[in-house]
Amino acid sequence: MEDFLQMVASGVVIGGIYALIAMGFVVIYKATGIINFATGEFMMLGAFFCFTAMTAAKFPFAAALLAAAMAAAALGALVERVVLRPLMGKAMISVIMVTIGLSSIFKGVAQLVWSGDYRAFPPVFPRAPVTLGSVILPSRQFYPFLISLASCALIAILFRFTRTGTAMRATADDPQAAFSMGIDIRRVFSLSWSLAAVTAALSGVVIGTMGGISPQLGAIGLKVFPVVILGGLDSIGGALLGGFLMGILENLAGGYLDPLVGGGIKEVAPFLVLVAILMVRPYGLFGTREIERL
Amino acid sequence: MTKEPLLRVNNLEVVYNHTVQVLKGLSLAVPEGEVVALLGSNGAGKSTTLKAISGLLPMEDGAVTDGEIRFGGVSLAGRQPHEIARRGVFQVMEGRRVFEELTVEENLSCASYARGGAGDLAGAYEKVYGYFPRLAERRRQLAGYLSGGEQQMLAIGRALVARPRLMLLDEPSLGLSPILVEEIFGIVSRINREEGTTILLVEQNANMALSVSSFGYIMENGRIVLDGPTSLLREDRDVREFYLGGHGGQRKSYRDLKHYKRRKRWLS
Repeated sequence: MEDFLQMVASGVVIGGIYALIAMGFVVIYKATGIINFATGEFMMLGAFFCFTAMTAAKFPFAAALLAAAMAAAALGALVERVVLRPLMGKAMISVIMVTIGLSSIFKGVAQLVWSGDYRAFPPVFPRAPVTLGSVILPSRQFYPFLISLASCALIAILFRFTRTGTAMRATADDPQAAFSMGIDIRRVFSLSWSLAAVTAALSGVVIGTMGGISPQLGAIGLKVFPVVILGGLDSIGGALLGGFLMGILENLAGGYLDPLVGGGIKEVAPFLVLVAILMVRPYGLFGTREIERL
Repeated sequence: MTKEPLLRVNNLEVVYNHTVQVLKGLSLAVPEGEVVALLGSNGAGKSTTLKAISGLLPMEDGAVTDGEIRFGGVSLAGRQPHEIARRGVFQVMEGRRVFEELTVEENLSCASYARGGAGDLAGAYEKVYGYFPRLAERRRQLAGYLSGGEQQMLAIGRALVARPRLMLLDEPSLGLSPILVEEIFGIVSRINREEGTTILLVEQNANMALSVSSFGYIMENGRIVLDGPTSLLREDRDVREFYLGGHGGQRKSYRDLKHYKRRKRWLS
């Protein structure tokens, strides 16, 4: 029982971090209808921005995080302006291919600037593990978890309750109608890319503090993609729940099944469940079904 | 006309995809405070005219190649749709185009961008619910689950929130039952009277459109073929024959109709 609780708790913590990564996908999809396969690379660049601010410019963590967020926002807006705006109105598949191309470019640029080496992130969180009842959580997971939850909540509030958030959702739903409503959809697009880049940068920093950074850091973005699909591409709550589910499954499979089969199930189990769930609910757990009027 | 009309369209030419010419020198004027009807059959270019005015053409690969659109004395050429909306031209698009994933009230709030700020949103909602009490009951529901009539009400409701000087109404009767059509047109008339909103109305339902408008244009193949005060248009033999379906009481066979078709006087 003790073990089980511990596994679930670490699953929840890891899952919360997955959820933040998933949020990078969700924000872009919710506001522009695009699946951004460069999300992982936005994470990686955000982490490097923060890392550089701390090591080269000797900023304290909070200031470095802020600087990284600002740089990411600028990068997001730039990418939207230079790469995506000319593609406005083109087929979704072309746009998605372009984001895949972007991810390669970002990886290449990062290798040029920071080299391909793996580096440890300077320590930022208190070292003492956090004890909750009988459960012990490593501090390098617990604090990122809190950051994740807070960010997810903020993003949810932005989308649900602010006028800008409403305009973003309206633009994703029907850009032409939104435009005719007086909404400057080009500004909405650039804002969404900034927001998504900041979210990704945040999750990149979080991942970086947990396990160090390299230009390959973005690979985790693809690993988390199933979480996004599981929760539904346009659902913030779904991303959270999908993240938790995947984290917990991963941990339980690692704890109970790996010893039986000699390892490896931990990595696969969440995907098996994903396939099973999507067979029953193809639009994800909380994704919007296309509303069909009869 | 001595006074400059609120909207003036001069010799407008529109080409889609650099190849298909849809408007071929269309001109019309909408005086302040009036309801003007733009009638015509499918493919005549009515919706294209409205999209040219509201700036939405480029999104559909269309372009104004010649002519001029002036609103309140200022040219609208090259302006973005959101700027045009903020200047006071609000289009209620064909097919209602409500944001299905948003609630009724969120849909309404989007239109507040057209007046440049949130302002008194609650007051604006109340005004909409005054015209359309049925929307009040559904304010928290997703617009995608409304009936067709309710969606049309919501689409017009958004225009009420935007408080435009000129409302472009594209086929509000599309796909609605006759009773609903009558209700919607009654409200369009009321909006014109009570809010003082100028309206350019595009319709296939000529009967309804002429009943609420003061002046009408009839277009075919990308140009205006006939125009005049509504009272005169209603008496016009060709208009009665081809648009109103009235023909002096007796029924006619379609064979005779074909005979008449050759005599459309603007084609001669």
